[in-house]
Amino acid sequence: MSNTKHFVAPVDETPLQATDSLRTDQAPLSLWADAWRKLRRRPMFIISSLMILSLLFVAFFPGVFTSVDPNNNCQLSNSEAGPTAGHPFGFTLQGCDVYARVIHGTQASLSVGVLSVLCVLVIGVTLGALAGYYGGWLDAVLARLGDIFFALPLVLGALVITQLPLFRENKSVWTVVFVISMLAWPQMARITRGAVIEVRNADFVTAARSLGVSRFGALVRHVLPNALAPVIVLATLELGVFIVAEATLSFLGIGLPASVMSWGNDISAANASIRTNPSILLYPAGALSITVLSFIMLGDAVRDALDPKSRQR
Amino acid sequence: MTRYIIRRLLQVIPVFLGTTLLVYYMVFALPGDPIAALFGDRQPPQSVIDALRNQYNLDQPFWVQYGLFLKNLFTFNLGVDFTQQPIAATLARIFPVTAMLAIEALIIQAVFGVLFGVFAGLRKGKLFDSTVLVASLVVIAVPTFVLGFVFQLVFGVQLGWAKPTVGASANWGNLILPAVVLGLVSFAYVLRLTRTSVIENMNADYVRTATAKGLSRPRVVLAHILRNSMIPVVTYLGANLGGLMGGAIVTEGIFNVPGVGNKLYQAVQRGEGPTVVAIVSVLVLVFVAANLLVDLLYAWLDPRIRYE
Repeated sequence: MSNTKHFVAPVDETPLQATDSLRTDQAPLSLWADAWRKLRRRPMFIISSLMILSLLFVAFFPGVFTSVDPNNNCQLSNSEAGPTAGHPFGFTLQGCDVYARVIHGTQASLSVGVLSVLCVLVIGVTLGALAGYYGGWLDAVLARLGDIFFALPLVLGALVITQLPLFRENKSVWTVVFVISMLAWPQMARITRGAVIEVRNADFVTAARSLGVSRFGALVRHVLPNALAPVIVLATLELGVFIVAEATLSFLGIGLPASVMSWGNDISAANASIRTNPSILLYPAGALSITVLSFIMLGDAVRDALDPKSRQR
Repeated sequence: MTRYIIRRLLQVIPVFLGTTLLVYYMVFALPGDPIAALFGDRQPPQSVIDALRNQYNLDQPFWVQYGLFLKNLFTFNLGVDFTQQPIAATLARIFPVTAMLAIEALIIQAVFGVLFGVFAGLRKGKLFDSTVLVASLVVIAVPTFVLGFVFQLVFGVQLGWAKPTVGASANWGNLILPAVVLGLVSFAYVLRLTRTSVIENMNADYVRTATAKGLSRPRVVLAHILRNSMIPVVTYLGANLGGLMGGAIVTEGIFNVPGVGNKLYQAVQRGEGPTVVAIVSVLVLVFVAANLLVDLLYAWLDPRIRYE
């Protein structure tokens, strides 16, 4: 291919046999079926889903992996002690088993991530779809409303919201979920709005409307399902981002209360002994990073599969 | 063009009012009496309390307070904080430091992100590309505060390449380590955006034409592929500048940088409403200005885009 380089576009001709072999009695593969077929073959998707499945297993059944009580078995005589038999990661400053804490912390981090994504999906998709579909003043108002939350950095907004009396008194997983979803929904709303605008004037929507489907019915049954691809991609990517956000907030002391076992809280506590024994910090941080990594790898693979530009027929 | 800028500036008004109102309302609702907190466990005379409450308009209802705040803001009279320090002087002290940090982080992520992104995109599917892609995912997955601690420990304490904490001596050299930490996650995003964009444009017709004309490879890459790939990257960088200025709370805390994030954290913890709202107002303006600048850059990057 040295001297024969040519810059004339190849003529795309459909071979006659190709038209003959088209199965007209079967519906063509939908976007989702096509994406699923492509996903199944990607090693990145397989690895990340296996990792996420095992993380879910750890979160639901921590007792399978450790029999050490992570909270009530702490002895100060073990403070910052190295690994021993039965305690592979050593002990924290307070003499608690690092391994048991890492295992039991999985649940809080994962639930904050999953619940926040669900809340953001509900708020963002509803508002974004309504704004994109109906347009007009609703669109203008929601766009400005989104801008207001957009201009507020996550950490700053969280700092102020968590100081409010309502949240100061009873902190839990739900307060963190609330804070994250309050500040993160505009992104989701924007993506949904854009996708809905792209679809709302498609022929099949007009066809459904002329067949007597109500305006709202057309939105729910025909527009939304066809606008979900970018939404799902963003949701998978944001799962990882939200898990990091929880850890950051807990690290600043405004996230989960200290009584909840989470990687963010443990990293924050390990901060005190980073000069003397950095491994106490590195184990929860490593668990956190692996979790986030598997979610963004999943998001990456899903995006590649759903991206219309990379779709081949 | 002028009309477009004016329309954009008009759109800033509701966003600015909304954000400041939201923050003002939340600060207003913070628990505790900041005036009482000034005196610790001593009980000041009621006349002193009244005078102080009057000075900070705390004796007025919420809407009047917010109105007075806006009036003062537009007459550039920011007043004093609860320790009687002029807020304008505080802003003049902290914003240059954070601006230095943010600009340094922005340069690091823009230069290295675009450089690695272009090379990865041009060698799509090769070893360099796959390595860079996986490495960028790992960088995104590690939280900033973990990166901060590890970098501080390794480069600051163990290797001694940089000062582990910045303190009062904030200058371009001392801020490099925090800037690297701050810019690293966005560096990964810039890299991935550039790579995707370059791959998309590599097979475009105009690139083929440029090559067919006999242009050298560097010229094709720089003037044709790169320039057309910059729009999503510039959008991201612009939106990120606001985040870098306000979101540096964690990084500034770890490296003890006397900037906006540090001050903001203290001010919220102490319930210093006037300081918080003043800082947020400036941050919103920076955010909006950066986004406007990005939109105007589009027209330069892609002459097909016109504003009227």
